[in-house]
Amino acid sequence: MSTIGYSSWAVDLKDVGAIYPFQGWETPMVIAAVAFWVIWHIWQIRYESEDLRATGVDADLKKGNEAIDRY
Amino acid sequence: MGDQLTTNTTVFIEFYYWVTVVMMFLIHVGFCVYETGVSRRRNHMHTLMKNTMAIPLVTITFYFFGWWIYFAFPSGFYWYNFVPDAIPYDPNLIAAPWSPLMGTHLSGVNATDTAAGLTVDGVNGTATWHRLNGVFWAAFLLFSITTASIISGAVIERIRSGAFWIIAVFVGSVSWITDAAWGWSATGWMVKYLGYHDAYASGVVHAIAGGSALAVLIVLGPRIGKFRADGTPREIPPQNPWLVTIGLFLIYTGFWGFYAACNIPMIAPATIAGQITGETWTATNIYLAPTTLSAITFNFLMSLSGGMLAGYMISKGDAFWTYSLGLAGIIAASAGNDLYHPIQAMFVGAIVPCISYKLHYWVERTFKIDDAVGAVAVHGYTGFLGVVVAGFLLWGAPSSPYEGFQVINPWGNFIGAVIMFFVLGFFPVLILSLILKALGILRVPQRAEIAGLDFEGEAAYQAAIAEVKAAEHATLASTNGR
Repeated sequence: MSTIGYSSWAVDLKDVGAIYPFQGWETPMVIAAVAFWVIWHIWQIRYESEDLRATGVDADLKKGNEAIDRY
Repeated sequence: MGDQLTTNTTVFIEFYYWVTVVMMFLIHVGFCVYETGVSRRRNHMHTLMKNTMAIPLVTITFYFFGWWIYFAFPSGFYWYNFVPDAIPYDPNLIAAPWSPLMGTHLSGVNATDTAAGLTVDGVNGTATWHRLNGVFWAAFLLFSITTASIISGAVIERIRSGAFWIIAVFVGSVSWITDAAWGWSATGWMVKYLGYHDAYASGVVHAIAGGSALAVLIVLGPRIGKFRADGTPREIPPQNPWLVTIGLFLIYTGFWGFYAACNIPMIAPATIAGQITGETWTATNIYLAPTTLSAITFNFLMSLSGGMLAGYMISKGDAFWTYSLGLAGIIAASAGNDLYHPIQAMFVGAIVPCISYKLHYWVERTFKIDDAVGAVAVHGYTGFLGVVVAGFLLWGAPSSPYEGFQVINPWGNFIGAVIMFFVLGFFPVLILSLILKALGILRVPQRAEIAGLDFEGEAAYQAAIAEVKAAEHATLASTNGR
């Protein structure tokens, strides 16, 4: 058993194609990867919203002016 | 050098490695920029010079004995081999500093070569090796300096430079190159008997460096002020976060050269002289097993991206950790990036660094370990776990093109990871650090640590400025309007 389909290199390389593990699972892997990407955006927008809300609460007039002066 | 094809191939390979060496130098530019950015202003120059001087020290010692170790130790320790295999290359002919092949050489054999025992052809011949020895030596050397440099960041602001440089020489020119001979060569005993697979050095560079750094940190202790009276850790923020990220960007860039240097760019099956049949040339990994530059380009970028995306999430957008875990993403997938599918590389690069990140804070809280740059996590835990993961994902794949080698398997890679992190990384450096501590040369005095390690240099610098300004003011006053 070999996850890449070859358990020895006693082959002619002109006859060898894909050598990555779990061949045949490309579509599920792509679905999982796309899900990761979409989840990342959803999480990021929620996190950024929280962060900006916190800034709105914390940055009162005094602190806001101090931030301007720091440039 | 023989026929035109052999000549072209040899000169191409020579140039290929030379380019990788130049690219890899950026890793050290990055390390210096990054560490200096993390250190506080009163320690800048000390931090910079501590890392910088590892470069010449590891270079000359790697010339004296590091390169020799790589050829002498594939079956054990040269004088004591724990597997019965013959050593394929005579290290004294190829890599001893007095060998004619360790200097300018034009492939023939004259009286000097004959006296040294060299022939024109064969395994220990001069015909092609004269062109490759210097660039191979340099490529391995840049890995050596990287391994030493990884430790440097963890121990900033309190280690004595002299102690660090002794540790750097030991790790850069002895311990890492021993693990390379064992587990990162076509004939290493770990590859043959364990099926150890670590194509882009998750274990052989990163795990050993992380294990070594952890050992130094335990003996060295935390920076003053790192822990509160109740034992909880304080953050010591980087003095220049922007510079830190530029340093890490430069390390990413140099890492491309590191990856390319781990490959043999082109080789014929007949030259490999293993089980591969036919006449199709290929690129190979360090074990002479087939891969391609395209494979590692896909996987480098996907694992980097996985690490950065996951790093951004787990650190809530912290720049230092997002960049660091991007690097960790590459390191996590490196053991198997010659064979992984890009999406597998991405997920390995995303998941493993998150575990390392959690481990960093758990170890910091639990054992009071002050790792200033997270090197043990980014390199050590990640490298260790990356090797273990490769054992599962590549289970049953051939580790080598030669007959009689164990296939890649989880147990072989787990044992290999333990050898890298603990046997060759942690324990030898723990002993070395204890010796340095016993000699009283490991840590700077408390007052110097608080005043800053640039204190004397800064005082001289300010005095020189004051003197020049005074002289210029005096000159201006004497000009009297002229």
